[in-house]
Amino acid sequence: MSRSFLFLVLALVSCELFAQVGDRAHGKEVYEHWCSSCHAPGARKHPGTSALEFIYKGEKSGVLEERLDLTPELVALFVRNGVKIMPPFRKTEISDKDLLDLGAYLSPQR
Amino acid sequence: MRYPPGVSQSDFDRAVRQFESSIGAEWVFTDEADVDLYRDAYSPLWGEEEEKIPSIALAPQSAEEVQSLMAICNEFQIPVYPVSTGKNLGYGGSAPVLTGSVVLDLKRMNRIIEVNEENAFALVEPGVSYFDLYNYIQEKGLDLWIDCPDPGWGSLIGNSLDHGVGYTVNPYRDHFEAHCGMEVVLADGDIVRTGMGALPNAETWQQYRWGYGPWMDGLFAQSNFGVVTKMGFWLSPAPEAFCSGSVQVMRYNDVHELVRITAKMMYSGILNSNAGVQSPMQFAIGQNPEMQERYERANEEDIRILDEFARSNNTPFWSSQFKFYGPREIVDSSWEYVKRQFADIDGVRYQDQESLNFPMSYEELMQTADENHLGVPSMSVFQLGNRSNFNPAGTNGHLGFSPVVPMTGEAVLESNKVLVRVLREMGGNTVFNVPPYSYHQRTFTILVGFTVTRDADTNRKTREIFRELVKVAAEHGWGEYRTHTAFMDDCAAAYSFNDNALLRLQQTLKDAIDPRGIISAGRYGIWPKHIRDTEGKGVATIKVSKEKEGDSNV
Repeated sequence: MSRSFLFLVLALVSCELFAQVGDRAHGKEVYEHWCSSCHAPGARKHPGTSALEFIYKGEKSGVLEERLDLTPELVALFVRNGVKIMPPFRKTEISDKDLLDLGAYLSPQR
Repeated sequence: MRYPPGVSQSDFDRAVRQFESSIGAEWVFTDEADVDLYRDAYSPLWGEEEEKIPSIALAPQSAEEVQSLMAICNEFQIPVYPVSTGKNLGYGGSAPVLTGSVVLDLKRMNRIIEVNEENAFALVEPGVSYFDLYNYIQEKGLDLWIDCPDPGWGSLIGNSLDHGVGYTVNPYRDHFEAHCGMEVVLADGDIVRTGMGALPNAETWQQYRWGYGPWMDGLFAQSNFGVVTKMGFWLSPAPEAFCSGSVQVMRYNDVHELVRITAKMMYSGILNSNAGVQSPMQFAIGQNPEMQERYERANEEDIRILDEFARSNNTPFWSSQFKFYGPREIVDSSWEYVKRQFADIDGVRYQDQESLNFPMSYEELMQTADENHLGVPSMSVFQLGNRSNFNPAGTNGHLGFSPVVPMTGEAVLESNKVLVRVLREMGGNTVFNVPPYSYHQRTFTILVGFTVTRDADTNRKTREIFRELVKVAAEHGWGEYRTHTAFMDDCAAAYSFNDNALLRLQQTLKDAIDPRGIISAGRYGIWPKHIRDTEGKGVATIKVSKEKEGDSNV
């Protein structure tokens, strides 16, 4: 294996690792700007929380910030595809970088 | 990459390169996965051949970039469809009317240019949402209220241009009525300012709306004559207090006095917000086929029995809710005055509801009956159609048929009967039937809501019912105030006085202002000349029927 190939592999692995590490502080800002109006605590005024409470019936929290099982991939799936009355979000609203940070914020720290 | 209709691939490829050099490749979305984010999430055409899908999307960050993009589109005659925040869900969202159009996504233009507390106005760009402006005012501690529609993520400019409405004080709750001054980029990239904004260094652009000469602003609402890049809005000084209450009357025919007095209070300025009429008996009647039949027929004997039915349920036949905003002494005395106006109606009841003093904390405001009525944007309206015990499967969105009817008891009764009959006879997927409400001053609007699904057969049925409602309502002189992109031709065709003379005038203006026909083809039924006959289906239907009658003036 040549040194340049090894270097390339290491660089790609580093990029991949870097790509997985979002900025949680910025992710919190993204959450507060785009998500909390539907997903904050209080099902009466927050339809996202209301829907998730209905689905999970106490098995999991209806509040996204309290969930222990979210992953960046799952967050990205819902943000880019929407679900039921939640529409997908465009990249002018939540950019790929914002999404990475949001995923980091909503995922339990590893 | 998808291509727009009527543009050669080589021309479009050249245009895309020019778009990229104009605003940066990062903001030219050509990848289908990225462009699919612009599909109308609430489309009643979802997944069908007719669904309206854009080709690519462009996201400029300034009026200058919009000018540059429009000049390129004009050169290559590329259909372009501007959206503000793209959240006009239920009315088309961020998808164009003409499939293959390039979406001009103005979300990045999100500057709040000025908020003036002393003269109570704001000047904003299209990407500014109600949440953004509310948060700005709170952070600065300004003594101002905004008026917001139900979901707070919409654009002030987009909502106003689509004749959107809110719930606080006149005249701020009619969002186009509350605007003052625009900046508009035209199809060829030229830029104009309306009203006093046409005066260089204007000092009253957001205070005096008429300017000098013909007032042009109306041309840019519910239309396709330009891209609005800035707009001013009048704001309300924060009121000191609020109170609400309801008036309930017991008999079927009491609706006439209830509405007559309500209208008088509204036109006199004593009621300074919106009001509606609802029937607390609606559910009981709807569950009882005999009473439903009597309600729809409503002869003298039917009305006597309906009144008895209401009395035996100890339930008023009608009720109206009123809201008052202003100084404490005035809101309280206005409500007392309004109560006295109804005193001659036998058996009238009153119910005091909320009484609030401002300022209140955000947490307190969110505990009130409806924060939107207190100028606080939220998303709580999305409980409608949400997954719940009532509706375990939830919905994939909604759309509304919303004709404007007179503010009279007679119109309340007649519109209820006519529209309910269509809905009952055609079946379908109706989620709610909201009673008359004065979303705009001096009229009632009836909002018949439909759920949107991912099942094409169900959506097809909904479209069939919707079109029948448009037709039947028009026969009674009631027209839509605003509609989903799927029905824009149908509604435009219904406004058919003198062989659609208004639409023909709009087409004449379209041809003059946007001669290459590039902006928002088909919006509100206005199609550009080069595709008018092939794409303007609603109007084409009128044309065919008129020709059959030997009249081909359209």
